[in-house]
Amino acid sequence: MTATAVNPSGQTPAEEQRAAAAPSSFPVEPDPGTRRLNTAKAIQEAIGSQMEQNPEVFVMGEDVGAYGGIFSSTTGLLDRFGAQRVIDTPISETAFIGMGIGAAVEGMRPVVELMFVDFFGVCMDQIYNHMAKIHYESGGNVRVPMVLMTATGGGYSDGAQHSQSLWGTFAHLPGMKVVVPSNPYDAKGLMTAAIASDDPVVYMFHKGVMGLPWMAKNKRSIGAVPEEDYLVPIGKARVARAGTDVTIVTLSLSVHHSLDVAEQLAGEGISVEVLDLRSVVPLDREAIVASAAKTGRVIVVDEDYQSFGLSGEIAATLLESPDARGAAFSRVCVPDVPIPYARELEYAVLPTHARIEAAVRAAVGA
Amino acid sequence: MLGEDSTPHPQERSRREQSEDPEFLQLLDPSGQRVARPELDRWLADVDGEGGARVLAGLYEDMVVIRRIDMEATALQRQGELALWPPLLGQEAAQIGSGRALRQDDFVFSSYRENGVAYCRGVNLNEILRVWRGNASSGWDPFEINMATPQIIIGAQTLHSVGYAMGIQFDGADSVALAYFGDGATSEGDVSESMVFAASYQAPVLFFCQNNHWAISEPVTLQTHITLAERAGGFGIPHVRVDGNDVLAVLAATREALDRARQGGGPSFIEAVTYRMGPHTTADDPTRYRDANELEDWAAKDPILRLEKHLESRGLLTQELRERVAAKSDEVAGVVRNGVITMPEPEAMDVFKHVYATPNSWLSRQEDHYRRYLAQFEHHGASAAGHVSGGQH
Repeated sequence: MTATAVNPSGQTPAEEQRAAAAPSSFPVEPDPGTRRLNTAKAIQEAIGSQMEQNPEVFVMGEDVGAYGGIFSSTTGLLDRFGAQRVIDTPISETAFIGMGIGAAVEGMRPVVELMFVDFFGVCMDQIYNHMAKIHYESGGNVRVPMVLMTATGGGYSDGAQHSQSLWGTFAHLPGMKVVVPSNPYDAKGLMTAAIASDDPVVYMFHKGVMGLPWMAKNKRSIGAVPEEDYLVPIGKARVARAGTDVTIVTLSLSVHHSLDVAEQLAGEGISVEVLDLRSVVPLDREAIVASAAKTGRVIVVDEDYQSFGLSGEIAATLLESPDARGAAFSRVCVPDVPIPYARELEYAVLPTHARIEAAVRAAVGA
Repeated sequence: MLGEDSTPHPQERSRREQSEDPEFLQLLDPSGQRVARPELDRWLADVDGEGGARVLAGLYEDMVVIRRIDMEATALQRQGELALWPPLLGQEAAQIGSGRALRQDDFVFSSYRENGVAYCRGVNLNEILRVWRGNASSGWDPFEINMATPQIIIGAQTLHSVGYAMGIQFDGADSVALAYFGDGATSEGDVSESMVFAASYQAPVLFFCQNNHWAISEPVTLQTHITLAERAGGFGIPHVRVDGNDVLAVLAATREALDRARQGGGPSFIEAVTYRMGPHTTADDPTRYRDANELEDWAAKDPILRLEKHLESRGLLTQELRERVAAKSDEVAGVVRNGVITMPEPEAMDVFKHVYATPNSWLSRQEDHYRRYLAQFEHHGASAAGHVSGGQH
């Protein structure tokens, strides 16, 4: 844990042991069972379990202690682990992210919460010039095994500075992995994988999938979650619904909307495949290409801004692949405007059920 | 409105700022005479005790050697063997005095100018120079010498030092994290924010500010209207302003601050008042923005000259010492020069290394694609690296 105890590879004996033990101690993707949790509780459970097993794991951020995280990602952890491991910070995103980096260099495994992803503007230097580059800049000698957990997304009238998705912005920059769970099962498994990862991982949860009583409820934000620890592998997409006519490639809250549309259109004989990306970096391009090759039609549904982002990257992936080059392509994204505050206007730009349905109908000519 | 402002122009004030402040810690005056500060005696017991001659000779040797390394590197840059070099000329006492106060298990986060500190940490000199030749983004393994890769973004490392210090605190160890930065960095939000956090958590961290008076072309008086040490007071951090050209004052102040941190007393701030005798880096020309008289004033306060005078006054500057130090300097300069001119060039495919610690399939595909691209040129007899490095072969 202290710098003196590390070997030349930068790993402590405990780290080496953990790395060796990880595959067997984390059964990959078990049956979800029957116990149901909301996404917030699934995240709390993943962090709590890792904190129990590993004294190097700690949580830091604004209102993560007694408040429990303003979107309940850390509820209950202060009572279980105390203020030395669940650390409320002074109000400086730059400072606590920079300190998370320093602590990770020292041998800790911080889970740092950036309250809203929109606040990245005040702390991006620490994120992309330090957290994401120290491993490279140190010639591979120094790892930064840190989780930067942050809330994303709109739909509840929180305005242009509290409603963005922005995963494309992080994914554009090398050195960090980016995961975006859409449901409780993935939320727990991806958090467990993120904490275990020796790379910095940006963990982006949509407020609308947390299952919070004060948010618009979504039926899929409560789901079956195994009690034991497990990993959802970073970089692996999941076919959330199999289909043959058209593929919706999507992530986060938009998975839920896409599944709703798919269920509705199934009654008309339109078979929609829904691919939940789960990770943006690495992006599971094989899964995208495989589904595109099967259906021949791809619609990207993305709550991030339309241009220069994930949807364009997926289009490029299809063009670069001999198997999927001929697939029809369209996208349902947020137009390149700030997220409006007025509810009617906000829902005019979000990827809603109606917009997704229209895109599917256009794609299949129905 | 501007005309009513009685504040002098910052550049006019720069010469007014001097060291007559009673709080200014000096143990060797510019003539090499020891200044009595009995309250600090406990931190210099080794210097004042029986083995003192050896300790002083060691500090002297370190300062002379790092000046020689620095000048050799400057020369290598002028000869086109290094891409860039940030000289530390004039700051030897600040770096050796603090660097020699550290314990092996302390951890340093520095800027790019602390090559004297790296020397104290035992760095392989060619690992420093590999970076400045432009062959690698990193030199040494930080865990081998407990000193992070030098930070290029001004002030950003101060936050890492506080985070590291909190890790030390959590481990229950009594080591200390050090943040080295300059006067310009104190205007960065990161530095202020790191002091907020260090004070809040009473983290075992030492903020070591080398006030060398210039941030490229901007004088320190543009950064602050009070001393930099006083700033730390606003955060509730114990602070001291020392003569940064006085190796004994720096050594004593650093030892005191480190001891405070080891005893659980939290952060400290040292402002070492020194002067950047050379350019910011070899890429700039300081005669465009600063006065030659200022340089002369500071030359009279030279840290090595001062220690020489002190050694002389005590009969310790023997011929043997001079010869030994000169021989060591020559030897080290030779190592540096030879290391630089025989340094292997990097391979093109190295760019893909270490972006991630764990596999990233997409990056692996980009790497494969690039390897195939390079392979196209192999039948022309050029190596892959030779092709992309633009005709060096």
